[in-house]
Amino acid sequence: MSDTKDSFVSEAAHTVPGDKEINRRDFLNEITMGALGIAGLGSVVVTYQYFAPNVLFEPSTTFRAGNPDLYPIHSVTFLQDQQVYIVRMPEGFYAVSAVCTHLGCVTQWKADADMIACPCHGSKFKADGTKIEGPAPRPLPHFAISLTADGELLVDKLQNIKPAQVLKV
Amino acid sequence: MASTFDSTLRNLRETRVWKSIFRRGPANTNRTRSLAVFGNLFLHWLPVKVREKSLRLRASYYLGSISFILFVVLFVTGILLMFYYHPAAPHAYRDMKDLQFVVSSGVFLRNLHRLAAHLMVFAVFWHMFHVFYRGGYKPPHEFNWAVGVVLLLVTLFLSYTGYLLPWDQLAFWAVTVGTNIISAMPVVGSKIRFLLLGGNIVGENALLRFYVLHVVILPLVAFLLIGIHFWRVQKDGGLTVKRKDDDGKE
Repeated sequence: MSDTKDSFVSEAAHTVPGDKEINRRDFLNEITMGALGIAGLGSVVVTYQYFAPNVLFEPSTTFRAGNPDLYPIHSVTFLQDQQVYIVRMPEGFYAVSAVCTHLGCVTQWKADADMIACPCHGSKFKADGTKIEGPAPRPLPHFAISLTADGELLVDKLQNIKPAQVLKV
Repeated sequence: MASTFDSTLRNLRETRVWKSIFRRGPANTNRTRSLAVFGNLFLHWLPVKVREKSLRLRASYYLGSISFILFVVLFVTGILLMFYYHPAAPHAYRDMKDLQFVVSSGVFLRNLHRLAAHLMVFAVFWHMFHVFYRGGYKPPHEFNWAVGVVLLLVTLFLSYTGYLLPWDQLAFWAVTVGTNIISAMPVVGSKIRFLLLGGNIVGENALLRFYVLHVVILPLVAFLLIGIHFWRVQKDGGLTVKRKDDDGKE
């Protein structure tokens, strides 16, 4: 008995300072807790993955807006299905989001007042999307607009561009 | 007549079936009355004895009980509405209209569910204010106060998830606005919105997710917390009654 105790002490004396002795019980406890921790973390990850859908059955974010000749110069046209304004000014075309940057309501073009107005909380914007007044934190974004090979307007709602980029036709 | 009723009851109590259901004899002394409450699954979280003061109207205005009764009404009418409601985009709005115009008693049940929901939010808030102004958050009631705050949040989440289910314009824009508020949260906001809606728009997935939250997950959480809440009222020594009342001076 005293032999084992002596050997234990002498062994401890040989270990590097700060390096702890570990007995079997602690070792098994730590291994078990570690394994449970990894399994728990893994289950959080797979649960998150399960709840985040991989395939969405949502409308396409790219759409054709028809022939450019449909839009007269100095006009703002609201495309209700796409929630986008197609604006044609003398310098060219641009596509402005109709979804308010405040809380996601769909805005309306008020031709008589020459501005875009949100019905929910009263934000107002110019036709180029810059804010006039209201709680909206950002101007309405401009979407990438281009021409297809057969000469139609193509808008990509996932791609935001700088307001200065205008499509000349 | 009365004696025959009594003797019938007495005979009934002697039967093997009765004795197998009710484990104890008649509750005719204070001890057996207490045991009858302790030994019953549905009664054991209620107090065996209450102070008469705590039963007075002004002690609680019965606001907790009113909230619970409204919860039971919502539970029952909600289950009945589920028999006619499909949580899918082509059906949801039509089912709601069918409940209003085609189903017998449908409009009654729908309005009962809707009005009880509005009233429950009102009652739960009033309950919270009343408990707060009576100092019901102080020791030894802190834990039950915290449970109550979570129950208030569960009530609001139940209201909010139920709001989408009629699938009309009001529902759609309320959830569009509400989930956009969530996405204003830094870093995780848009992720949480995506998980809650099951997509980027308020569509089929969002309707189904809100339905499951509304009819399964949140009611289960509410049920569990209500059980704890009631049980703790008793364990923490009953309602908070004003010290003046405790001294018996009034």
